[in-house]
Amino acid sequence: MSEALQVPTMAEFMAQGKQPEVLFWVGSAGSFDDRAKKITKAFVKILNKAHVEFAVLGTEESCTGDIAKRAGNEFLFQMQAMMNIEVLNAYEIKKIVTCDPHSYNCLKNEYPSLGGKYEVVHHTQYIQELITSGRLQIQGEFYKGKRITFHDPCYLGRANNEYDAPREVLKSTKASIFEMKRHKRTALCCGAGGAQMFKEPEKGDMDVNVLRTQDALETNPNIIATGCPYCNTMMTDGVKAKNKETEIEVLDIAELIANSEEL
Amino acid sequence: MPYIPNILFALALIIGIGYFARNVKKLIRNIKLGRDVDVSDNKAQRLKNMLKIAFGQSKMVRRPIAGILHAIVYVGFIIINLEVLEIIIDGLFGTHRIFSSMGTFYGVLIGAFEILSILVIISIAVFWIRRNVVKLKRFWNSEMTSWPKSDANYILYFEIILMTLFLTMNATDLAFQQMNSGNIISQYIAPWFSAMSEATLHIIERAAWWVHILGILVFLNYLYFSKHLHIILAFPNVFYASIKPNGQFNNLASVTKEVQLMMDPNADPFAAPAEGAEDEVPEKFGASDVQDLNWVQLLSAYTCTECGRCTSSCPANLTGKQLSPRKIMMDTRDRLEEVGKNIDANNGEFKDDGKQLLGDYITHEELWACTTCNACVEECPVSINPLSIILDMRRYLVMEQSAAPTELNNMMSNIENNGAPWPYNQMDRLNWKDE
Repeated sequence: MSEALQVPTMAEFMAQGKQPEVLFWVGSAGSFDDRAKKITKAFVKILNKAHVEFAVLGTEESCTGDIAKRAGNEFLFQMQAMMNIEVLNAYEIKKIVTCDPHSYNCLKNEYPSLGGKYEVVHHTQYIQELITSGRLQIQGEFYKGKRITFHDPCYLGRANNEYDAPREVLKSTKASIFEMKRHKRTALCCGAGGAQMFKEPEKGDMDVNVLRTQDALETNPNIIATGCPYCNTMMTDGVKAKNKETEIEVLDIAELIANSEEL
Repeated sequence: MPYIPNILFALALIIGIGYFARNVKKLIRNIKLGRDVDVSDNKAQRLKNMLKIAFGQSKMVRRPIAGILHAIVYVGFIIINLEVLEIIIDGLFGTHRIFSSMGTFYGVLIGAFEILSILVIISIAVFWIRRNVVKLKRFWNSEMTSWPKSDANYILYFEIILMTLFLTMNATDLAFQQMNSGNIISQYIAPWFSAMSEATLHIIERAAWWVHILGILVFLNYLYFSKHLHIILAFPNVFYASIKPNGQFNNLASVTKEVQLMMDPNADPFAAPAEGAEDEVPEKFGASDVQDLNWVQLLSAYTCTECGRCTSSCPANLTGKQLSPRKIMMDTRDRLEEVGKNIDANNGEFKDDGKQLLGDYITHEELWACTTCNACVEECPVSINPLSIILDMRRYLVMEQSAAPTELNNMMSNIENNGAPWPYNQMDRLNWKDE
């Protein structure tokens, strides 16, 4: 790492009487999970490199309530949502970017009717914007010739019909992309959604992440690319369950870009 | 008594259609047992969806073999039913092939029907083989035993018999064969009957004609008891289905009211309830029985034709868990039928039968196995959303019964206490920056 990360908070922007271009919603996983924190940092490096004026809420951010909602606790969800909306609206936030498709879906689709109306984008969409607008140039050839397969996060893909942005960004690394037989619309879940991340699975004959890892292994990849911190954990565990962790890396698209550009 | 056949025909028609209408009324009553939901928005988009997904079968062909075969049966069904119009007129007025005066056009029409009917027979045969010989996995899940399994086969038998009767009726119709226009297929069947006398032929033709139309009336009445209802309900179901992104789950308005009150610093928690509010029964959160679901969800339960595309793409089901989205829909319909029968037996009033959808039909284990991945929703060719029912039942479990799995309760109390699903302090949220 060459330079220290620049991570200004909304409070700092406010004190200077400025508005950032975009608010980076870090999310609970991105803030606290050791693996996900690396994704957060990789994305910040990209933002810094592209000279994006962004801010985080820092200690003023709280869980979106998404997991509670999917677990059936609508009360807890709406309490979290209304608290967050109060903060976001006080800062007059217009645009939000996040590395977590669950936060993305929740902020984008479920906050508006509770009073929180923002333009919300997933970090793969944001990186794609940066590339198309020329603010971010991908020249690195670190992944040239590597075999990459992309695992679609349910809440980016089926939930919000975004299948292209992550693939477009991946292409810029010059890696060779191989699709799993179940991809895009028919992609198999990693097994973490719907609050499954936080409980033991019900009785069955296999874990979902292992089945999904099998899908990925069929493409004979060097790298499994993800776009969601929970998918990342599940696929990493799946690769370990298949004893392939020395051969196959599981990396978020933000990390792939950051590595590719040696950020 | 030359009018006896006409009278018998009219009677059969009245009984057949009358009994069906009676059951449709019951069907509508049962669907209306559901909660109200506003689906009056975006009529244009809804109409477009209906034309594309239901009428145009756009999602069916995503699985090409089943999709194309189904399209043949579907087109065959719609087109060949034009012939029923002629049969009804002939039957009521004692005419014979009233439309044959149209000449060449009639020949083209019947010719098309004959080709379609043979294609339908072939498609149905393949369907039967896929179900009973190849035994595609999705037709043999645990919920597909007994009635659902027989029902599926009965439908195929019905269709094959109706098509065979149609061709027999044409093949044994001497006048029609002599006309030699439109008998594209039946001309090859006619020689099988060539040894028979004209009188015998006439009897066979009449018999085929009668059994064909009576069979159609029986089939019509079979619909209400069968998964085959989808031929009608697919259209309204697609029309009323959600047009929001799949990921968007509804926000419960009743909860919003309570949360707003809770967060309003000016609200007085000890205030006396407003005038007239005392009798108000607080709304139940989530669903434990069919009456707690909304009417679109109930309509969907009747629409489901048990194809199992949902279940065959469900990550929980694929890894051996109890959950099957198809079963969620089948259970909902079974319970709704049970409630309907209860109402019929008790003079229009539902009498508590000590049962409910949750527990007696759908288990906690099934509900908690869902990853909310939307694969089932994406797959359904007629826009059914089993996930919305699962979520509503989870809501009941969590908000009315506090019956979430322990680990989820821990996760939720973490969110309540420190704004994250893990026990980390909110004040540490930005620590990653310096690590």
